[in-house]
Amino acid sequence: MFMKVDRKEVEYVAMLARIELSEDEKDLYSEQLSTILDFFDRLKEVDTENVPPTSHVLDLVNAYRPDQVRPSPGVEAVLRNAPDRANRFFRVPKILD
Amino acid sequence: MDLYEETIQGLHGRLKRREVSSEEVTRCLLDRISKLNQEVNAYVTVEGEAALEQAKEADKRFAKGEVSSALCGIPVAIKDNMNTEGIRTTCASRILENFIPPFDGTAVRKLREAGAVFLGKTNMDEFAMGSSTEHSIFGPCRNPYDRERVTGGSSGGSACAVAMDMCIGATGSDTGGSIRQPASYCGVVGMKPTYGRVSRFGLVAFASSLDQIGPIAKDVTDLSLLLEVLCGYDPLDSTSVDADVPDFTSFLTGDVTGLRIGIPKEYFIEGLDAEVEEAIRNGIRTFEKEGAVAVEISLPHTSYGIPVYYLIATAEASSNLARYDGVKYGFRSRASSDTLRQMYHRTRSEGFGTEVKRRIMLGTYALSSGYYDAYYRKAQQVRTLIRQDFVDAFEHCDVIMTPTAPSPAFRIGEKTDDPLQMYLLDIFTTSVNLAGLPGLSLPCGYTAEGLPVGMQLLGKYFDEGTVLKAAFAFEQQTRSMRRKP
Repeated sequence: MFMKVDRKEVEYVAMLARIELSEDEKDLYSEQLSTILDFFDRLKEVDTENVPPTSHVLDLVNAYRPDQVRPSPGVEAVLRNAPDRANRFFRVPKILD
Repeated sequence: MDLYEETIQGLHGRLKRREVSSEEVTRCLLDRISKLNQEVNAYVTVEGEAALEQAKEADKRFAKGEVSSALCGIPVAIKDNMNTEGIRTTCASRILENFIPPFDGTAVRKLREAGAVFLGKTNMDEFAMGSSTEHSIFGPCRNPYDRERVTGGSSGGSACAVAMDMCIGATGSDTGGSIRQPASYCGVVGMKPTYGRVSRFGLVAFASSLDQIGPIAKDVTDLSLLLEVLCGYDPLDSTSVDADVPDFTSFLTGDVTGLRIGIPKEYFIEGLDAEVEEAIRNGIRTFEKEGAVAVEISLPHTSYGIPVYYLIATAEASSNLARYDGVKYGFRSRASSDTLRQMYHRTRSEGFGTEVKRRIMLGTYALSSGYYDAYYRKAQQVRTLIRQDFVDAFEHCDVIMTPTAPSPAFRIGEKTDDPLQMYLLDIFTTSVNLAGLPGLSLPCGYTAEGLPVGMQLLGKYFDEGTVLKAAFAFEQQTRSMRRKP
């Protein structure tokens, strides 16, 4: 059966999203994403020539603030939820292979 | 009337006249929660002592005559995707199961400053992704009118708590219908304000161009009081709008003479449940009796709302949920990982539920090179057309009326195997978020099985007032048909 989103694509997308999927999940998502995207294909019916995309409904542009220092929670508050810390740092496994 | 049955408005009067104290009311509600929560699973975190402390502080304000807000001393429930300082905020996800925010979101802070009492945090679909409050690590929330059915979602816990008088009012969030649809399934009133009205600072982001916090309450007056506290410009939210916040209760006159109510023909489709349709048509008649005028309008791109919503929302979600990586907060996989990359993969796989993963996958796919134009960009273009439909329609009417959902609450487990079927239930609500318009749901009838049916009323940008006016007038005429669960 032709799958719009086959296993290989599922694996690729999962890699982009930094998610590890089980073999069963790969099959499940391949099937479900294919069904969903098949349904979404109906968007092709809509004539969108010269229609600008909407990324945002309000007419706000460049919402800036003055470059002023304001109070912030502080290091202890920020580190309190850390899964692993060392002094004032978040500790993580090595970054490079 | 028992204390827990009170409304915000009613209670405010009694508190002001010192007939009752916030502490008494809070104790009463905490007691009720402890008796009923295991039946319905509305709350995932209940504050005991902290709530009573807040109540006592509110009582001090009443004693000194220093009360300015209608929400002072009022016990409310907060949806668990809103950051509350010192109170666990989980988004019903393993990945934030033990997360305790070091700050209040702005909407929460406003409620706190008004003197509201936080009873606890409510159940929801994980990261607000769902229409049933079944996708929660805490288990499903059960419909007050039938415990085998869903409450709707994602703000199901809040809607349930209001319906069960387990709080006096509640907050929810709405990205594709997550306040309106559960309000409809649970027979209460809920509103999504115009995009930009309520600060999103402190709301755990799902889809940044669609998310809005809003009130869920027992009636339209309460809804207006709660909405007023939540609204307001916030420099901490760059999508917050500097618009005047009116006294929304001033719109509640009961007079809808000459009000033009747009009825979109595309919303009366084949899949619409016959009992829902009948309740809505009765609703139209009620409005006409009060002098309003029903006008047929067309929203031609209605049927594209679901694909557009689910492409844009999931794309934005894939970006917003990239932050959950086990580094700074939240869950980190216990499996020993050699590299950071492994840790990311395992943390996210173990920490996110199935629906969340599905949506991240969908969104990532839609944004990926080779598919971006066909899916994401195309959806954004159709979004422009959907929005234009509403702008055009509002030339001919003042409010738009539709069913909130195509059918009443379904059975728990009935739709979980077919994600697309679940997504299609959002057909009447998602376009409103895509356009950024304000919309509310209020009860307009019950099915033969006793399940609530909701009517949706939509307004022009920043015109919550007219929507509330229409809703209030309808409520005044139909008050006697309302049933408690």
